[in-house]
Amino acid sequence: MTIADKPSTTDAPIAQESSGFVGTDDRVRSRDSAVLRMSEAEVGELSLDPTHELGESKMLINMGPSHPSTHGVLRLMLELEGETVLRSKPVIGYLHTGMEKTGEQLTYLQGCTNVTRMDYASPLFTELAFSLAVESLLDMDIPERATWIRMMMCELNRMASHLLFMATNGMDLGAVSMMIYGWREREPLLRFFEKVTGLRMNHNYIRPGGVAADLPDGWQDDLVEYLDAVEERLEEYDILMTGQPIWRERLQGVGVLNEAECLALGVTGPLLRASGSSWDLRRDMPYLVYDQVDFDVLVGSYGDSFDRYAIRLNEIRESMRIVRQCIERMPSGDYRAQDKKVTPPPRARIDESMEALIHHFKIFTEGYKVPAGEAYAAVESPRGELGVYIVSDGSSTPYRMHVRAPSFVNLQALPHLMENGLLADAVAVISSVDPIMGEVDR
Amino acid sequence: MSDDATDVAVDEAEDTEAAPSVELLYGVPVAEAFGQRVLFPDLDGYIELLAELREQGFGQVVDLCVVDYLQHERTDLPATVGGERFEIVVNLISHARRERIRVRVQAADGVEVPSLFDLYPGTEAMEREAFDMFGTVFSDHPDMSRILMPEEWSGHPLRKDYEIGRIPVQFKGAPSQG
Amino acid sequence: MGLFKDDVSGQGLLTDGIEGIEHNILTGRLEDLVNWSRARSMWPATFGLACCAIEMMATGAGHYDMARYGMEVFRASPRQADLMIVAGRVSQKMAPVLRTIYDQMMEPKWVISMGVCASSGGMFNNYAIVQGVDQVVPVDVYAPGCPPGPETLLHAIFTLHASIEDGELLRRRAETGAGAGIEVAQRDGQVPVLIGRS
Repeated sequence: MTIADKPSTTDAPIAQESSGFVGTDDRVRSRDSAVLRMSEAEVGELSLDPTHELGESKMLINMGPSHPSTHGVLRLMLELEGETVLRSKPVIGYLHTGMEKTGEQLTYLQGCTNVTRMDYASPLFTELAFSLAVESLLDMDIPERATWIRMMMCELNRMASHLLFMATNGMDLGAVSMMIYGWREREPLLRFFEKVTGLRMNHNYIRPGGVAADLPDGWQDDLVEYLDAVEERLEEYDILMTGQPIWRERLQGVGVLNEAECLALGVTGPLLRASGSSWDLRRDMPYLVYDQVDFDVLVGSYGDSFDRYAIRLNEIRESMRIVRQCIERMPSGDYRAQDKKVTPPPRARIDESMEALIHHFKIFTEGYKVPAGEAYAAVESPRGELGVYIVSDGSSTPYRMHVRAPSFVNLQALPHLMENGLLADAVAVISSVDPIMGEVDR
Repeated sequence: MSDDATDVAVDEAEDTEAAPSVELLYGVPVAEAFGQRVLFPDLDGYIELLAELREQGFGQVVDLCVVDYLQHERTDLPATVGGERFEIVVNLISHARRERIRVRVQAADGVEVPSLFDLYPGTEAMEREAFDMFGTVFSDHPDMSRILMPEEWSGHPLRKDYEIGRIPVQFKGAPSQG
Repeated sequence: MGLFKDDVSGQGLLTDGIEGIEHNILTGRLEDLVNWSRARSMWPATFGLACCAIEMMATGAGHYDMARYGMEVFRASPRQADLMIVAGRVSQKMAPVLRTIYDQMMEPKWVISMGVCASSGGMFNNYAIVQGVDQVVPVDVYAPGCPPGPETLLHAIFTLHASIEDGELLRRRAETGAGAGIEVAQRDGQVPVLIGRS
């Protein structure tokens, strides 16, 4: 693990030469690679035929979609030779929810309720990306306090997501006590979210125009107390896992991906950073007010599962740094833009003013119209670049809403990560990619 | 989106300006949408443009999706670009330049679009999703099959003429439940 | 203190018959004992689908501690599980898999439909989502919420425990061969295995 905050060169001719250990991407470019490019029916047929064309020593097996270590409903078709994984193919779609279609029926105001259910481990990020895209179409300015609240809540959400990763990663690799600890630390955060947003998950808190509610009284004390407690507990994680020989044996050198392969496959987030590429949208293409806070981008040196674990663990610490700065510097002001077009009137006004009541009714039944155009907004979610592409035809519902889900793209790396590894390591690899199937399948 | 990079890009765009009516970049019409540049190649020049962009340092395709413009009269296309029903939208990023660029290609219904797999292997799943949801066929793709819907599903759900509505449960190979 | 008078080896019962037993005896119906033990050691199948799965795991973890009710063992194999908690939205692609897993579970088995998506399709009334998992498997208890918090899930579990203990579910199943009023036909021509009063 090294910590890098060197600025990337702006005039380097191609990105592959920017930083990190590069290597070649030949193995992912090959059409004859570790991806088992067969349909489910073909694999089904072959696996029943003992004298199949692959040779007697090879075996086709199915893993999932209901399997304890596939993080939900991921299914893998694996070609094995003994215990070694040769080729594999992730089969997805078991949680396909048609959210992009549903998103075309919902107004921009309702849109956040839809997208927040994609990545359920870090719902605020999808809301944020959606809101940023809508706001750029509306060309509106967001009050400073709203921006800081968004940033703070997102960083807390990143902590929650990475703590969930710590828990599930521990569980997948047999460190079951880690699972209990991960949930223990996550629980107070969910309670804080409930206090602020009204829900433990799927908040619908960040909306176009600002956030849904101001922070409750005493939020600083809650957070300071929590952050102090977690800081100590992260040290305990280090003792329990980071330096522990079994843990290192299970993770080091397992599932290696170099930077060139990551770029070729479109992989982003902790997977990309583990390969030595210092790329974080928060620093390199700042949105919100990330350019005003101080934090480090963590990069790995080997691109293996251990680096990915260590990066996430230390990203929790970086997020805590950002949250502490937010607590100190939280500006006063409005928590949402006072733009009559997108902002419903305050509750008290509805009781005394007929116009406010009509305004409120119209905003929630018809929504607001968004000028025609197309916009793409991206944020750095705990899993990588989360982008929302919206095409508006000038009505109050998006004409097309597409979400670039980091897990969906990162999953493509699975066959290459598992290639020539043991079946038992496949579990470590899936876990270290940290896919959230809701986001993969949408 | 660093300001420097955008300035450089605009200069480049002015240098290569050829047609009087439309601004060109890398030989194709270019427009600006909320701080990101959008290129409009035609289908024949699509692969060459992407190859050129890769040379220029756009090392990663972050996103590829399709939009069905069946019910939408577009006004945002440059004058020389004729709209077709489907549009393939490719978002690229250059880490070195810290810059994004978007490519929008028009494709009529039933027209095969060349696959980006050989340039950017990461588009494999995205193109499969586009095929699954819109029925756009990508030629020379290593595994052009459904990705999200069941393999035997009929129809392409995100097309504008596909109903959103509720569909009865389909069972694979099970006797009917009566 | 043994069950038998002055005799831990049970000889009293052998020599004196039923009179050899003196005290510490509870009498009751076997059915109550069976139902009680079923309710108190119910093992759920790991069947996390979506958002609700995260809350289901939270219920199993330290703070809410489902182990208090003998339910901490989430079984990966459906054949060892008694309870399927359908936690999340069920897609058209997942429904046949869900049914297969349900069929693989041994009787008696119960289903909790966790969250509105599993119960009714929730906000996703579209081509992709099954509008209620009760179209696929019989559901015993519905837990509302999006997602239901751990408290709601625990309440659903208590509700299920109570109905198991009073035998209501098995009576209904013995009469109709089904759970919540829904016909259950097993795959491959098997007949449902019914345990309970006949």
